[in-house]
Amino acid sequence: MNPPFGIPPELFTILLALGLLAGFVGLNGLVLVYLERKVAGHIQRRPGPFEVGPHGILQPLADALKLVGKQLITPRGADKWLFWTAPIISFAPVFVLFLPIPFGPVLTAMEMDLGLLLILAFAGINVLALCLAGWSSENKWSLLGAARAVAQSVAYEIPLLLAVLAIAFQFGSLNLSTIVSGQGAWPWQWNIMVQPVAFFIYFVCALAETNRAPFDLPEAESELTAGFHTEYSGMGFGIFFLAEYANMIVVCAVATALFLGGWNGPAAPGVWWFLVKVYLLLLVMMWFRWTYPRVRFDQLLNLSWKWLLPLALINLLVTLVLVKI
Amino acid sequence: MAEADFSLKPADLDQDQAPIRIDPLEKIFDVCRSMSLWPMTFGLACCAIEMMAVGMARFDLARYGAEVFRPSPRQSDLMIVAGTVTKKMAPAVVRLYEQMPGPKWVMALGNCSISGGPFNYKGQYNVVEGVDRIIPVDVYVPGCPPRPEALLEGLFMIQEKITGKRWWPVAKPVGAAEVKRGAQ
Repeated sequence: MNPPFGIPPELFTILLALGLLAGFVGLNGLVLVYLERKVAGHIQRRPGPFEVGPHGILQPLADALKLVGKQLITPRGADKWLFWTAPIISFAPVFVLFLPIPFGPVLTAMEMDLGLLLILAFAGINVLALCLAGWSSENKWSLLGAARAVAQSVAYEIPLLLAVLAIAFQFGSLNLSTIVSGQGAWPWQWNIMVQPVAFFIYFVCALAETNRAPFDLPEAESELTAGFHTEYSGMGFGIFFLAEYANMIVVCAVATALFLGGWNGPAAPGVWWFLVKVYLLLLVMMWFRWTYPRVRFDQLLNLSWKWLLPLALINLLVTLVLVKI
Repeated sequence: MAEADFSLKPADLDQDQAPIRIDPLEKIFDVCRSMSLWPMTFGLACCAIEMMAVGMARFDLARYGAEVFRPSPRQSDLMIVAGTVTKKMAPAVVRLYEQMPGPKWVMALGNCSISGGPFNYKGQYNVVEGVDRIIPVDVYVPGCPPRPEALLEGLFMIQEKITGKRWWPVAKPVGAAEVKRGAQ
């Protein structure tokens, strides 16, 4: 494809990808809201949204428009600027996160050698947004939620990095496309067969990173009202939600690329395999959410520091020894 | 010691008005609003048990997109006053109402919140006789407690109030003959 107006081709690819990604993220938000509510419904033996459109498929659209049409309230004691920058900070890194993800053999927005590092670095910014949101709301629940978010993120970032590092050492690369092409089409050729422990650690940490149940302590409804977004109305809350769903897709996409063979698959073009795997992982996340009760905060930290971290270290050591041999 | 002030203070009804209003667009927004009324997780007495029943599998409020019970008043559209409003609770109810962002709606569920119900007698000193004395109510759902179906009907009436259209079929009242047949 020749870019118009003499734009350098690389820049053109990135701009085009950003445009497509914005659409993809928005559409995915709608699909996931619908899926989440349907999955919740069916797990609890009820139909879920059903009357708004056939089988309720227009439900997320109605929700989105309603959120847009709500009054935006800034609490009197809040720091106005920080308060409204926080949702933007939580959503902005999402675009960077999607750039190095290999959706297909050629469908990668930006091929780069440090793709994995870029994702891990920018995924941490979300926590900053939660922290700012909690701090600037001038609300005790928000502040407690933010404190939990930060503590949780510090605890879970480390085992997550160690789990991912094992894969990186095994392939000698931080480029997601290289890692994907090192795996085969069939499940027994995937990394999850070689590194089941790393996958387990990664997935548990990913749940905690995206604040999904059973680790949704920053917004624990039963104790903290709505946690860090207690004071956000209308689209402020909507953007936090969209960012959460986008982050879920990112962690699932990285898990797919690292452990589940990425776009490798028999027959059918790679993109479809990639999307199918990502959505299956997302469904597993939803299944967890509606199955497990929320853990207590000390349990959450104990799990990370006392079990996952040593496990990840041992896993890394074993991997290193095996790679060297 | 100064005497405590137990007089009821009605809610402040000031709301930001939309800076621009485009009528055809507003109609679409209204339909969306009526189809995603998120209620507040907020129950005062036994009617709240019926409210929970509506969310469960048998009646399933989710079918009409209203199962998202938000814990924070900032994110909810509908306040279901489910139960007896005591004078001690009244200021909290008023504050919660004021904290909700507009547009917002209120449903008075059960006799207690409509008029004080069984607590409406001479010499009664602790119950607010009708929540409409402190906050504006859109729909009254009578019953002690109301059946879950009644709550659903109340929801439909709020939807009708927002959009000016009845969206779902009306259930036929059971005729006397049918009642007799059922009794045999």
